[in-house]
Amino acid sequence: MIELPNHPIKAYGDREGDGMVQMSFVLRVTPCARAREAAKQFAEAHGLADPLVTTMEEAAEGFSYFVVYGHSKHTVNPGQIEVPEVTTVTMTRDVIEKRIKKLGRKIVLVGACTGSDAHTVGIDAIINYKGISGDKGLESYKGFEAYNLGAQVENEFLIERARAVGADAILVSQVITQRNCHKENGEALIEMLKAQGLRDKVICLFGGPRVDHALGLELGFEAGFGPGTKPSDVASYLVDRMCPAYDESPDA
Amino acid sequence: MAKGMATVPLDKAKVDRCRELAAAVASDVQSFIDEHTTVGVERTILRALGVDGVDGEGVSVVNRVIDRLQTARVLGRGVCTFVASELKGGAESIQDAAERLAFGDDVDFAAPLSPEESRRILAPHVTAALARIDEARGHREAFKATLPRSPEPHRYVIVATGNIHDDALQSKAAAKAGADVVAVIRATAQSLLDFVPHGATTEGFGGTFATQENFRIIRAATNEASARYGHYVQQTNYSSGLCMAEIAWMAAVEGLDMLLNDAMYGILFRDINMCRTFVDQYVSRRFIARAGIVINTGEDNYLTTADAVEKAHTVLASQFVNEAFALRAGLKNEQMGLGHAYEIDPSIENSFLLEIAQAQLVRQIFPTHPIKWMPPTKFKTGDIFQAHVHDAMFSLVGIVTKQSIQLLGMFSEAVHNPMLADRYLSLKATTYVHNTCKNLGDEIEFRTGGIVSARAELVLDEALTMLEGVARDGIWEAIGRGAFGDIKRTRTGGKGYAGVVRRSDNYVNPVLEALEA
Ligand code: B12
Repeated sequence: MIELPNHPIKAYGDREGDGMVQMSFVLRVTPCARAREAAKQFAEAHGLADPLVTTMEEAAEGFSYFVVYGHSKHTVNPGQIEVPEVTTVTMTRDVIEKRIKKLGRKIVLVGACTGSDAHTVGIDAIINYKGISGDKGLESYKGFEAYNLGAQVENEFLIERARAVGADAILVSQVITQRNCHKENGEALIEMLKAQGLRDKVICLFGGPRVDHALGLELGFEAGFGPGTKPSDVASYLVDRMCPAYDESPDA
Repeated sequence: MAKGMATVPLDKAKVDRCRELAAAVASDVQSFIDEHTTVGVERTILRALGVDGVDGEGVSVVNRVIDRLQTARVLGRGVCTFVASELKGGAESIQDAAERLAFGDDVDFAAPLSPEESRRILAPHVTAALARIDEARGHREAFKATLPRSPEPHRYVIVATGNIHDDALQSKAAAKAGADVVAVIRATAQSLLDFVPHGATTEGFGGTFATQENFRIIRAATNEASARYGHYVQQTNYSSGLCMAEIAWMAAVEGLDMLLNDAMYGILFRDINMCRTFVDQYVSRRFIARAGIVINTGEDNYLTTADAVEKAHTVLASQFVNEAFALRAGLKNEQMGLGHAYEIDPSIENSFLLEIAQAQLVRQIFPTHPIKWMPPTKFKTGDIFQAHVHDAMFSLVGIVTKQSIQLLGMFSEAVHNPMLADRYLSLKATTYVHNTCKNLGDEIEFRTGGIVSARAELVLDEALTMLEGVARDGIWEAIGRGAFGDIKRTRTGGKGYAGVVRRSDNYVNPVLEALEA
């Protein structure tokens, strides 16, 4: 794990401990001297000492837009923070393929962007051959048999397909997060799997731009993957969970 | 095109050939369109004739009527003949006729009138239907003429609060900050509803429902803002999805200026059935043509699902196809806001040059079309400061290549629907770029054989090759193999196919006939 300071720290502007931050916001006031003072007090209420209102402009009739710099008095202690993280080290394609070979069969998975969500780019990046940023998708591995069901897939249908192809893993993507519809959708899938007695038979992975491992766990998935995830990360995670260990020495 | 403008080399013969091929593609589909109708089309016709309102359960009368005819398997004759027959049978008005068809016990599904008699009975109502559209257009154009015209590119912003009254407030704010066009984004998944919600709405995910009452409210707000701030603000909404034709009609009578309307977007990005979309887009565009509304096509979206460098030509090819479909629906070039976008991966060296090449190429190929230039979205991240710079580069291309309509980039694109301050800052930055570089495009030249020129030539060549393939296989097949946006669809797959009906020999639709005349 990465080493972090284990003492309270302040925001870093130009010197240790200066606590410098900037914020921008809109208040429903017309620009004037009192409005500027209101912005200053607003910043102070957020813990900024000596706030400097660097911009006050009328963004709409009766609305002012402000930029403020100030010294935040607040501190955090990163050493005392615990966050669940996916700890699998990403493996090379070669290692991934060899380890699946040891399993003696392909790893079967189905993926989809579920509910009313039509954003397929993320799940496509993970599953489809093309992949993302030069990292080829799960389809490109000999060891994976991947079914990408696309967008706006109902949970019922996803489970039905998973059952039909004998999936080892279900991959769910959720991009739209308004009113936490991504959480509801994810949870509903897990509940449905449980009700059908399937939950223990599949590994469930959750992903999307507003997803992290903690959220995945909270919703009952094995793991959560967020922005910047590469197909090889997901492949490694599945291999790590499913395949026997493998001696990486060159002549093995 | 402005005189003295920097140009890229353009082989006119190739452009002509692209148009020929696109025309062949559209004509092939048009013969299908002319033999079919849909539940959406017939509902639109009812609305145009003046049917309005909902029943006790909140279901629109037009849906009730069409569903009933569909269940009775007689929709292939078109709704008009049934309306005419109710009028003949004593209905007091069009509305009364529709309600009898929707709820009456003694509807005669078997023996409607002859097409000729139907036409005769409906003639005054058809005249009134067209007059209503013409009046709304006249009203809008007269008001527009009282205000100065904003310079191009028109600055286009989006509001999407979910509550039409908040949208009205945000629209006025945008107008004050200099917006020339305000679009109200539609609620998530409205495109898959096979009915248009009724009345003013205050709840919606990701956007606000498109309803006739909402159109009225937002139009009044932008008109008020136009008068107050001394420049005309154009109002935009979405004529897409299963109700694209009904929404087009609503926009026509409520005085909207622009509509997102694409011949293929629903097929590709919402998995709506192809047959359904082709028929619906045609009828929607007939109303749009009559109302003088400018359409915005959705080619920009291809570059979110396909690579923007490799698949740039698919945008151009699709623009030719959209143009060909639009011509068949009676639209003028000046109504075709063909879309394209600044979506190349910003980490690619010289990608700015490739963006300029495409924008300039499209400008030259469609000189009188109000081309719509769309901002970077896919490669935006939560780094709003970097995103703001990304958008400035996009605006620079917009002004240098003289795009007509520019949808402003938002630095918060990867975060949320734009907030008031996001829009304000975007308008401020865009105005800065457009103003300081106003005549830059007239001052520069693109080197012969240089990166920009070579790229433009390559994209046109590839578009031509692609159109040859599409024309050879037909659009149905082409979409089937993922020609546009790398997305594959089948002819009978997708949503709404059950709502496509073959016209019977005695199909009659005097409203459409009048629009086609
Ligand atoms: C492209 C796009 C679209 C395209 C989608 C095309 C398609 N077929 O996918 C179109 C134009 C159709 C579209 C439509 C809409 N969109 Co949109 N869209 C975007 C955009 C610009 C980019 C998304 C994207 O492709 N990112 C690139 C991919 C690679 O990133 P990713 O999804 O995060 O995926 C990575 C990781 O998260 C992870 N991952 C993702 N899923 C999974 C799953 C698993 C199992 C794993 C392991 C990993 C994983 O791995 C991926 C690779 O690293 C974003 C803005 C932005 N820049 O983020 C808005 C955005 C997502 N859209 C938004 C909205 C609101 C909409 C609409 C509702 C607008 C409307 N009112 O009509 C509609 C929704 C329609 C619907 N029913 O869903 C909002 C969402 C707000 C929110 N948080 O709820 C955004 C943020 C834009 C905004 N600022 O308003 N959109």
